[in-house]
Amino acid sequence: MNRRDVVIIGGGPAGLAAAAALKKAGIHDILIVEREKQLGGILRQCIHDGFGLTRFGETLSGPEYSQRFINEVKDLQIESITNATVIDLSNDKVVTIDTTEGLLKIQARAVILTMGCRERTRGALAIPGTRPAGIYNAGVAQSYMNLYNKMVGKNIVIMGSGDIGLIMARRLTLEGAHVSAVFEILPYPSGLPRNIEQCLNDYNIPLYLSHSVIDIKGDPRIESVVAAQVDEKQKIIPGTEKEFPCDTLILSVGLIPENELSLSAGVSLDGRTKGAIVDENFQTDVPGIFAAGNVLHVHDLVDFVSLEAEKLAEGVSRYLKEGSLPEADIPVETGSNIGHVIPQKISGTRDIQMSLRVRRPVKKCRLVISQGSHTIKSIPMPKAIPAEMIQLQLKADSFISKEPVEVRIDE
Amino acid sequence: MEKLYDVAIIGGGVIGSAVARELSRYQLKICVLEKELDVCNGASGRNTGLLHSGILSGDHKLRTECCLEGNAEFDQVAEELDVPFRRSGKLIVGFGEEEKLCLEKLYEHGLQCKVPGIRMIGADEIKKIEPNADGETAIYVPSAGILCPYTYAIALAENAAQNGVHYHFDQEVTGIEKGADGNYKISTVKSHWTARWVINCAGLFAYRISSMLGFGTYIPQRVKGEYEILDKKAGKFLSIPIYPAPSENGDCDIHITPTVDGNVLVGPTLKEIGDEIDYSATQEKIDEMMIQGARLFPKHVKREYFIRNYTGIFPYVVDPVTMQRVDFQIQSDPHISHAVNLVGISTPGLTSALPIARRVVVKVLEQEDLLPNPAFNPIRKGIIRFADQTDEEKARLIGEDPDYGEIYCRCECVTKAEIKQAVHNILGVSTVSGIKYRTRATMGRCQGGYCETRLTSMIEQELHRDAKDILLNQNGAYMFVGKVK
Repeated sequence: MNRRDVVIIGGGPAGLAAAAALKKAGIHDILIVEREKQLGGILRQCIHDGFGLTRFGETLSGPEYSQRFINEVKDLQIESITNATVIDLSNDKVVTIDTTEGLLKIQARAVILTMGCRERTRGALAIPGTRPAGIYNAGVAQSYMNLYNKMVGKNIVIMGSGDIGLIMARRLTLEGAHVSAVFEILPYPSGLPRNIEQCLNDYNIPLYLSHSVIDIKGDPRIESVVAAQVDEKQKIIPGTEKEFPCDTLILSVGLIPENELSLSAGVSLDGRTKGAIVDENFQTDVPGIFAAGNVLHVHDLVDFVSLEAEKLAEGVSRYLKEGSLPEADIPVETGSNIGHVIPQKISGTRDIQMSLRVRRPVKKCRLVISQGSHTIKSIPMPKAIPAEMIQLQLKADSFISKEPVEVRIDE
Repeated sequence: MEKLYDVAIIGGGVIGSAVARELSRYQLKICVLEKELDVCNGASGRNTGLLHSGILSGDHKLRTECCLEGNAEFDQVAEELDVPFRRSGKLIVGFGEEEKLCLEKLYEHGLQCKVPGIRMIGADEIKKIEPNADGETAIYVPSAGILCPYTYAIALAENAAQNGVHYHFDQEVTGIEKGADGNYKISTVKSHWTARWVINCAGLFAYRISSMLGFGTYIPQRVKGEYEILDKKAGKFLSIPIYPAPSENGDCDIHITPTVDGNVLVGPTLKEIGDEIDYSATQEKIDEMMIQGARLFPKHVKREYFIRNYTGIFPYVVDPVTMQRVDFQIQSDPHISHAVNLVGISTPGLTSALPIARRVVVKVLEQEDLLPNPAFNPIRKGIIRFADQTDEEKARLIGEDPDYGEIYCRCECVTKAEIKQAVHNILGVSTVSGIKYRTRATMGRCQGGYCETRLTSMIEQELHRDAKDILLNQNGAYMFVGKVK
């Protein structure tokens, strides 16, 4: 069996950034495994701009952004194989890869999970109605249009105001389709404010908040959807049903970290993020298996994916040099109005970066980090919205005991 | 195209394909006229995938007889046709005194019908057989099994095609006349066909063909059943189908069934829809499945495991005089020569398909002598599933064909090699769902998010199709309106 210091599963933004940072930290025996024919991950189909403002201080398209990392990986002479799919990962870090050259088995000292995420589907939501052609997940429609030169429809309705859905509203409009409505079940948008502005408002596409698609009609191709207003408990308000004719329904109803390989390796997941439970080194509960990027928790901006993966490289490099990492025996718990927090546990021996999202939008609040009765930090915030991830740094010496750390929003 | 056939079978479901396969044992020129673009798009592909034991067939003698016969022989059938199958057994569970009495009655009925090996068991033994099941009393039915219904129907059709049967799709029958030469002239929406024999295997629409041929008039009294498919993550916790105690008319409401591929089915809900065809899912029934499902399979029927829903329709018909559901009808009539009429073939049609087909052959032999087809081969091989192979076997396959080294569907671990074989299937089916049913690509939890773009490209390239002509599953189910620019 081949042996490698590090196998990186997934050559998207997280995998590429982790690889480059590891190499710079003096780790040389690295293999990136990518299932697509090229490196770059989902960014290959994200031809709109707006990437890189944080990481590079300029705005780039998805392919331009990923090309910077691909070039860096090449310049650093990091090995990668493409058109190669990992079909199994074992608890003792044996990676099984399906390739046209054969079935590869590699014993890794460390494995980095950077598989990204997938889209939630119509089936997962169990939307009632017929099952016609013309229902596409936003990312699938984006792939068809931007990578396969196939136009998916002409009269579009979008369910969910996730960022990909918003981007696709604009993309479809620019290609001559008519987008008649975007429905969001929550009373506030799921996507970033800038996308609401640039993708919907600039094109006069109506956004219906507190609305959901409750029925799909038409067969063999979709002909209309019925949408209705919902109350604060997301229950349909009778009498508000309205039919919207369309030939295409685009779904942008959430992303789910793709953790089937993590599960096969015995990695424990967090029910809130659907990603691995990690410590401040991004190590999962299987020693030597690390995770970063959208496979760990869904990010708002790719820049943060890259930065997180670069951060992860420090921990991996220490693990390889020292053989293990300090035990993370301090739980990090989510308090009021916190959707999730990364890391979920820490050792308290090192400075950490914390990433979190609020559950619902708030104005003029404080983000409070505490340990028992001791307040570590209390940060005033003019506003916080679920669409935007919040990150902060905490010094190792802020943690005064082994008591759980609580993160909460005080209003 | 030569359009004179010895036998025209109307309907390419599991029954039509079983009849085609059994008749291909003889020297006959046979065609199957199918209204859809693939086999088993009606009742045959939309059910629970259960190899029934016969205990639930009520007072219908032929239904029970065919079911028992089909059940007993299925290990061999599965072997011959390369159909994944597991004799899982089944639990019919009850809660409370009333359901217990109902089960005891059913048990007695099962004994009378000679359903092999059935036993009444209590809560302890239920837990022993399936720790994740719930119930106070149960009938344990060891002879029941699970199989994939469309894989079986496709296997029968492919075996028939291997043995010389022609499949013609998009051929909804609009009229049948008997010519002066004694041959049947069959008009379809697309064409005209001539055949000496007509066999009505039209499933949900068999009552119409029955009238066209001059056999009896039947009134459709269809029952709609909605299902939810659960993730394989739930499948790990269920080894055996769990049925609730049947209702007064013998129907079993929502049950929980492991599939042979590792998922779990919840359903069917039951709703009488008369002569309608309605495959839509409803919020009311989805909610009902959550509640009833959780009763039989606690903790594992949850929304995060939902992958997809589907709906089947039981093609029940009633006698116009008695208004009672009819038993399986396998009819011939001296006044309607060279025709066999099958109506009322509802559940357990899958289990009974070959026994029914053999009875059809007998009906044909009553009217004419047939010579055996010396080239007939009962063995059909399916597409090898890469996901099910050992690592050694996987390596060997990649060595033989590098296309096994490219995963197209990540959830179900389906390779390019399998997709390519499916695109070039012997029946000439070219829809996206046709590939799905032959490989399981798009059936996983991402529902084609990763692989559907690859499948459509493969159809485009391998079959030289324009993207605009690619269909999801039926005429009008176009996927693309053209190119982007």
